[in-house]
Amino acid sequence: MTPILSAKNVNIYYGDKQAVRAVDLDVQRGTVNALIGPSGCGKTTFLRAINRMHDLTPGARVEGTILLDGQDVYGSGVDPVNMRRRVGMVFQKPNPFPTMSVFDNVVSGLKLAGIRDQKRLMEIAERSLRGAALWEEVKDRLKTPATGLSGGQQQRLCIARALAVEPEILLMDEPTSALDPASTAKIEDLMSDLKKVTTIVIVTHNMHQAARVSDTTSFFLNGDLVEHGVTDQIFTSPRDERTEAYVTGRFG
Amino acid sequence: MTTSVRTAAPAGRTLSPARRFQNMLMGGLILLATLLVVAPLILIFFYLIREGLGAINLDFFTKVPAPEGETGGGLANAILGSVQMLAMASVIGVLVGVSGGIFLSEYPRHPLMPTVRMISDVLAGIPAIVMGLVVYSLIVLQFGFSGFAGSMALGFLMMPIVVRTTEEVLKLVPQTVREAGLALGLPKWLVTLRIVLPAAAGGIVTGVMLALARVAGEAAPLLFTAFGNSAINLDPSKPMSALPLEIYRGATSAYDENQRLAKAGALLLITLIFLTSLLARRASRRK
Repeated sequence: MTPILSAKNVNIYYGDKQAVRAVDLDVQRGTVNALIGPSGCGKTTFLRAINRMHDLTPGARVEGTILLDGQDVYGSGVDPVNMRRRVGMVFQKPNPFPTMSVFDNVVSGLKLAGIRDQKRLMEIAERSLRGAALWEEVKDRLKTPATGLSGGQQQRLCIARALAVEPEILLMDEPTSALDPASTAKIEDLMSDLKKVTTIVIVTHNMHQAARVSDTTSFFLNGDLVEHGVTDQIFTSPRDERTEAYVTGRFG
Repeated sequence: MTTSVRTAAPAGRTLSPARRFQNMLMGGLILLATLLVVAPLILIFFYLIREGLGAINLDFFTKVPAPEGETGGGLANAILGSVQMLAMASVIGVLVGVSGGIFLSEYPRHPLMPTVRMISDVLAGIPAIVMGLVVYSLIVLQFGFSGFAGSMALGFLMMPIVVRTTEEVLKLVPQTVREAGLALGLPKWLVTLRIVLPAAAGGIVTGVMLALARVAGEAAPLLFTAFGNSAINLDPSKPMSALPLEIYRGATSAYDENQRLAKAGALLLITLIFLTSLLARRASRRK
């Protein structure tokens, strides 16, 4: 099967400084893929290249090829706005739209793009909130401000918001780093369900989280993709000694 | 105020007498400075209430000024003129000002951005009377004195204030909120207008109200634009009166009656500005 995401020789620079070096990485459909490594190793930089978020950063430059379902994300004539519509993203800190209700947040990607059919929006909102395991908690307060939810609920709301546009791939940038253990556990449980409808690439600082939730793991160090493989193998019999040093907690 | 000065010296017994004296001296000086800051406002209010409150009655709001030397009359022409011109000025000030603020905050890498920033800053420093002169030569020389010309001068004065506050409150909206919108595949203009701008709405309203309060008391830019009108005028293409204009004319008049009216007008103006500022503070606190 062709991979949903395929990176070939990806180099990313901030000005003169190279942050990611010659990364080759394939991600299969319906899997959870963890990017691990110490701070500043380039894992978040690589993640943000997938949906062209670096277009917004002055001085950032992406070279190489990233194919999403066979289409070059950086190909000439590709509109970054259309490309981002196919890729969902969940950020480090929950970032619901502050002036919108729970409901409006979930369907914002559709509503602001011009979809007005209330019945359809309601169906999508329910499906997305169920998908993010939040429906039971918010079904009676859909019209209340999203900022009234707890941090963990807000993050699941952000997951629901990303799911509502039915992304082909969901990028998660340390989605639980600002949450308490109970909320973290809920989101980790959720991931095995999410991979039935989409593909997940998750950046995490927490090696145990990577081991718990992911099918494959990629270990980044100083901008290099040191090792990529099935999660079990990475954590139990890493081929590279640097990977072993990191997963056994000797640095980072 | 006195309590804050006292609590500034906790556990007083551990301080040496010299230090305690120094602390009291400094506390006293700060209190004095604070009173000096507040004093002018209190003096203005007391003066205007003593001199002008007596002239505020039903006639004040419903009648136009009496001819010089006669008693009675009110400032209905000026009140209505100010309301109309401030409303029209807001349209100019808000439309252009908010757009400029969005441009400066959301497109910092645009090649025109430094120029717009500089023009806005220079505009903020232009004296009100010069703004009146500009509108005089641009509009009045061709179309004559009018409420519309006065509104333009006031609107130009509001613009840089609204630009600055809009830019500042937009910058307070977290970057991750913008990123979340863009990551959903929404174009930047939609993210700005439907997500970022509403998040900053409270602050923008505050900025507009403060700008309004700032220009409501301006007489200079109206002297040769709106000119003034001793009759009630609801047609913005004709000369129009305003509270600051009537205050200026009344205060320079030789007749006690006109002076009393001017002071009553000043009292009304100050009260309105005071209330606007209070409302603006409440609007910004609610956010």
